Amino acid sequence: MMEVGLNHFLVVSTLLFSMGIYAIVTRKNAIMVLMGVELILNSANINFIAFSQFGNRGIDGNLFGLHGHLIALFVIVLAAAEAAIALAIVLNIYKTLSTVNIDEIDNLKD
Amino acid sequence: MTESVLINISLAILFLPLFGFVVTLLLGKKVKSIYLFEVFILTIVLISAIVLAFGKLSYFIDHKIVSEIEWFRLTDTIVIKLGFLIDNLTVLMLFVVALISALVHYFSVAYMKGDERYNRYFAYLGIFTFSMNGIVLTNNILMMYIFWELVGLSSYLLIGFWFEKKSAADAGKKAFLVNRIGDLGMFAGILILFLTYNTFSFDTIFQSISAGKIPFNSEFWLTLTGILLFMGAVGKSAQFPLHVWLPDAMEGPTPVSALIHAATMVAAGVYLTVRIFGLLTADAMMFIAVIGMLSAFIPATIALTQNDIKKVLAYSTVSQLGYMVMALGVGAYKFAFFHLVTHAFFKACLFLGSGSVIHAMHHEQDIRNMGGLRKKLPLTYATFLLSSLAISGIPLTSGFLSKDGILASAFAFGSLTGYWIFAVVGFLVALLTAFYMFRLIIITFHGEPRDHHKYDHAHESPFVMAMPLVVLAGLSIFIWYTPNPISADQGWFLTKWIETPELHAPNSTRFDFMQSEVVAETQQVAEHNSSHGEITYSEKYTEAMHSAHYPAMFLSLFVAIAGILTAFVFYQWKKVNVEKLTASIKPLYNFSLNKWYIDEFYHKTFVAGLLGLSKIIYWFDATIVDGIVNGSATVTRAISTFTGAFDKYVVDGLVNFMAYLSGFIGLIFRRIQTGKVQTYIVLVIFSIIILFFFF
Repeated sequence: MMEVGLNHFLVVSTLLFSMGIYAIVTRKNAIMVLMGVELILNSANINFIAFSQFGNRGIDGNLFGLHGHLIALFVIVLAAAEAAIALAIVLNIYKTLSTVNIDEIDNLKD
Repeated sequence: MTESVLINISLAILFLPLFGFVVTLLLGKKVKSIYLFEVFILTIVLISAIVLAFGKLSYFIDHKIVSEIEWFRLTDTIVIKLGFLIDNLTVLMLFVVALISALVHYFSVAYMKGDERYNRYFAYLGIFTFSMNGIVLTNNILMMYIFWELVGLSSYLLIGFWFEKKSAADAGKKAFLVNRIGDLGMFAGILILFLTYNTFSFDTIFQSISAGKIPFNSEFWLTLTGILLFMGAVGKSAQFPLHVWLPDAMEGPTPVSALIHAATMVAAGVYLTVRIFGLLTADAMMFIAVIGMLSAFIPATIALTQNDIKKVLAYSTVSQLGYMVMALGVGAYKFAFFHLVTHAFFKACLFLGSGSVIHAMHHEQDIRNMGGLRKKLPLTYATFLLSSLAISGIPLTSGFLSKDGILASAFAFGSLTGYWIFAVVGFLVALLTAFYMFRLIIITFHGEPRDHHKYDHAHESPFVMAMPLVVLAGLSIFIWYTPNPISADQGWFLTKWIETPELHAPNSTRFDFMQSEVVAETQQVAEHNSSHGEITYSEKYTEAMHSAHYPAMFLSLFVAIAGILTAFVFYQWKKVNVEKLTASIKPLYNFSLNKWYIDEFYHKTFVAGLLGLSKIIYWFDATIVDGIVNGSATVTRAISTFTGAFDKYVVDGLVNFMAYLSGFIGLIFRRIQTGKVQTYIVLVIFSIIILFFFF
């Protein structure tokens, strides 16, 4: 049985990232765009964890330790905060413009 | 008594009048009787001048006292000095100036009484006396020039003293301007001397000339220098052709005319010529003689017909000054100065006498309104008559001696050089002088009064006015100058008081009879040591003078008596109808009455020429200069229009073009700014991919 290595994680992460990008670029609903952003953040998390586990070693030969995990935890917190603020913004946009279709929200253009 | 005492007295004589001037001028408005201070000062000056003359002529008769101080230095070798030169001429002249000035002060106390600028009048007299003393005392020509201008100034102030009268103000201006023409020549002469000798001192200049150094090494330039310096005398002594100011100057107060325009200032020109006599060449002397002759003759003919008492005297003054100048021209140095002194006294007396008459007649000057004044003004009449006898040249008077000397010299000059014209004109002028003076006396004092109202109010002058007349008339008697009433040759004035002039011009440029033979042959060594050439007239001249003496004397006596008798025949006994006579020679009479039309001629030529020149210059200014200014303005305007257009179209165009360009570019790029977030994200992602691709 093939051992799960770094490349597998990277492939998964790349798939997640691509789906995130796809969601951001194609969805018209702002909520969906936010969800795409969450996907991208999580793909980054996977990368952190994977590199933390398999990545390059420092000059003393040891791994970087738990740095990757820590940053992953930070990213999760950050994502939660971001989601809260972004949803609040979306709510306000909906209140003022009665829509969350981002194609219609182009007031700044004028 | 030492020399320094004399120098100190001279200093006092010079500066006391200046002090009087300053005090009188400053306190004139506050203190009503400050004029008495000025009169007092002049009394002291007169006493000092008498003491100085007495001291000099008794103790230092052969000395030439020079005292100099340094004024400033231009370089180490060129030092400008101030200094006194006290010789016999100086003290005599100082005495004349101080005496007449003092007498005129006394006279003016009564004459000018009630004038609103009474004190200022005395202040002006003070500065005049100061300046005149300066001219007399100085030993260098620069100081003389300074004082020369100062007397010009005081003369201007006093002629225009009654400046409310336009004629007086104009006369002052005229005197000033005409004098300036002469002074210009004098200044040029001074500059030539200074360029050549680097000094202004008479003595040094004469020494250098004796040593053979003459301007530009050319005898012509020496002649020219003499003539240029003499130009100053032409202006100041009112010689033809610059004599026109003197008759006009009679607009001033009469005592001023006596002091300045008869006795002292106008004699300054003669004094200057006397001082520079040593450097005159034969050509320069010839020039001077001709000018003197014309100045003696022309005004004498004018004086014949004038009706203003002061005008007659003024022309007579010019004529007598012409005599002096002519005398200098023909080499009669001593007689010229002698005549200067005697003329100063009797002409001052005549002027003051006329002042007395004018005062008595309440400022009436026209002799046609006078007549018979002899009975009302006996003292004035007596002094006037005595002075008139002196000016006409009647024996026992001083005028006879000096005039006879000049005529004899002209006679001798004629016999030596062949130029008889000077003697002929001299005798003719003597005839005219006697005639017009007695015409004046007869019309004024004899006959019946013509204006009874004024005649009845006429009164003899008070003591302060009569006393100067008596003193001056007294000085017109021969006894003060020589014991011999018919010849002054042996008198103390000519033998002791006036030194024989020292001639310095090179022998080759002098008249034959003025060669200094003795000096040249026997005193060569002595001449090297001292500059004082002693004997300057040849034996020939002495002989000619001797033989000229008696013919000249009898002839001059004859013409004088003839002139006087003619006047009596015409005006006293009325044997000849004067009106008919003048009518028969009307053109000639008018020619004389209108002063030879010289004023008109000057008006038509010089004044009109000057005005024309001013018009041309004005035209030049208005057309060319203003044209240039306006032209440059137009050019500037054109240039600014052009730059304005450049600014508007090129610079602004560029700026606007940039704006359009930006707008155009914006037009293109605004397409990219869709406002759609997802488009941006796509772009960003593509950009990142491209970046990855490149790096």
